[in-house]
Amino acid sequence: MIKFLTKGILRDRSRSLFPVLVVMLAVAMIIFFQGFMNGTLNGMFLDSAVVSTGHVKIMTRAYKEESQLLPNDLALLETKQLVDKVSQDYPNHFWTPRITFGGLLDVPDENGETKAQGPVFALGIDFFSSGSRQIEIWKLERRLVDGRLPENGSEALLSASLARKLGLSLGETVTLIGSTMYNAFTTYNFTVVGTFKLNLGPLDRQMMLVDISGARLALDMENAASEVLGYANSLFYDDTVAVALRQQYNMINSDTTDIFSPIMMALRDSNQMGVMVDWMNAASGIIIGVFLVISMIVLWNMGLMNGLRRYGEIGMRLAIGESKGQVYRSMIVESVIIGFIGTVFGTALGLGLTYYMQEVGLDYSAAMESLGSSEFIFSNVFYAQVTPELYYIGFMPGVLATVLGTMLAGRAIYKREMAQLFKELET
Amino acid sequence: MIKKTVYIIILFCFLPSTTFGQLEQLTAEQLIKAMDDNLNAKTRIMTSKMIVHGRRSSRTIESRNWVKGINQAYTEYLAPPREAGTKMLKSGDKLWTYSPQTDRVIQISGHMLRQSVMGSDMSYNDMLEDRPLTDLYEATIEGSETINNRQHWILFLEARVTGLSYPKRRAWVDSKYLLPIKEELYAKSGKLLKSTSMDGIRKVQDRWFPTRFVFKDELKRNSKGTEWIIDDIAFDSNIPDSRFSKARLRK
Repeated sequence: MIKFLTKGILRDRSRSLFPVLVVMLAVAMIIFFQGFMNGTLNGMFLDSAVVSTGHVKIMTRAYKEESQLLPNDLALLETKQLVDKVSQDYPNHFWTPRITFGGLLDVPDENGETKAQGPVFALGIDFFSSGSRQIEIWKLERRLVDGRLPENGSEALLSASLARKLGLSLGETVTLIGSTMYNAFTTYNFTVVGTFKLNLGPLDRQMMLVDISGARLALDMENAASEVLGYANSLFYDDTVAVALRQQYNMINSDTTDIFSPIMMALRDSNQMGVMVDWMNAASGIIIGVFLVISMIVLWNMGLMNGLRRYGEIGMRLAIGESKGQVYRSMIVESVIIGFIGTVFGTALGLGLTYYMQEVGLDYSAAMESLGSSEFIFSNVFYAQVTPELYYIGFMPGVLATVLGTMLAGRAIYKREMAQLFKELET
Repeated sequence: MIKKTVYIIILFCFLPSTTFGQLEQLTAEQLIKAMDDNLNAKTRIMTSKMIVHGRRSSRTIESRNWVKGINQAYTEYLAPPREAGTKMLKSGDKLWTYSPQTDRVIQISGHMLRQSVMGSDMSYNDMLEDRPLTDLYEATIEGSETINNRQHWILFLEARVTGLSYPKRRAWVDSKYLLPIKEELYAKSGKLLKSTSMDGIRKVQDRWFPTRFVFKDELKRNSKGTEWIIDDIAFDSNIPDSRFSKARLRK
């Protein structure tokens, strides 16, 4: 019967082409929209997580209290052991030490005298450990404007705007002037091997990235780190998971009487990110929900119209002896087939568009530059993201709404009076 | 004879109060000048150690200093290994530091002057400010107080020039040593910024000089202060001018 109905649908283009096109477009739009929302939200959380918050992060209780001041004298000690332990205890996350510090960058002239000087916000990131995913999550290969990635602890990457401001070229040496974890004055030479552009608004202006080994030498922080950051292996921020992990860790490891005991924070605990997470989740749910409902109404309506359009055909089929139930069921099966074909094509089209936007993104740099004072780390380029649910989410409106529309329209079959059929057919 | 003995006894009994009574005649200006005379010299060469009591641990930093007048100072750090070889030169209102790790001479200026020296409770600004108190402050005597059974004058000093790190200060001046045994340093608003104290006072080349200072940055929460211990000091020795040249930093 399915084969028979499929043949009928394919041969009668008015029954196949238009309905399939409508279903396909609606499903493609839903998938693209969902993918774009996913990508933008997760991208925003990931940017924030990569630069500062992690999906979760561990620091000392004292560091947490003064974290705005980057108090490395309160840093975590014995971080290798700590990273090994949390990696073992929480294998769904990967863990990495991070040193965050500030200072001045001093550029010498040929006589070693100061040529240029400027403030710098620097991060010591674990680039070189085996299995480190830092270059991947920082997307450094893509964000590199010039030069190459660091190969040892004394090499540094500078944001393109900072390098430009200091008049630096690749290969030049800059001296970091800062404070060690014992608050002693320190100077350390880094060679600039590359420049990058993160497209994260104001953050780019003064940023320097070095390997954590270099930062440790510069700041006298052997086996110490400001924080240990944890990321879900999938790189997706799941607020519920992060909050549960934070509670579990703190219950076991954090001692309220010891200011140097470790404490874990979830992404939502940093810089008003909690409000952002809740607001974004709610807004995204509402937008997607509204969009889904509208699409379902459109497809439902299409099912209704389709049913009504075939009023005469149904009358003829009843007149030549087909039972009402048979006609009703065949119409439903037809709508399932149309919904399925449309959804498959729509899913393919939607995934294709989403994938394209995942790779290319929408560049809002000019608009974001004006948000110079924003506290939030917000990407200048919005990327979509292909997520597993996009493969099946289209079937709900695509098949279900089409079938429901047909079922509703099909009720008219049972209201048809057999005695009136020939009269109707004559006209 | 008896008369003479009674006279001597009376003299000895009243000597301390008489001395203190005489000091009462000293004006506030004379007191701070006496303090300046004790603390400043034409030249000073000393070896000292600074014990920085951090929130987690303490560190000892050893150094040798050469000071000429109020404008020139040269410091070479001797220990610990990470700091050894680091040198600092003050010339007038300029301060340079040399670090052997980077082989760079860097001028410390602007907001960096407010940073701590080697993690201590002293800032570079504190190091730079060596001018006599008489040039900088207007002093008034607020009263007296007995600390450790020793009489102290309480002096309140208010800046007579602008741009000082501590526009107001209160000093407890030992009436015999004429040294500020305890001091509180304030911002213009009256907020306490730092407190200092000194002890281990001994006679060095006809002047009273402390061998131990304690600095405490009152803005640092949980700060345990920094001790500065003078191991040896010589006043008014001959120091060649070449000691205070920038070229010396790299040697």
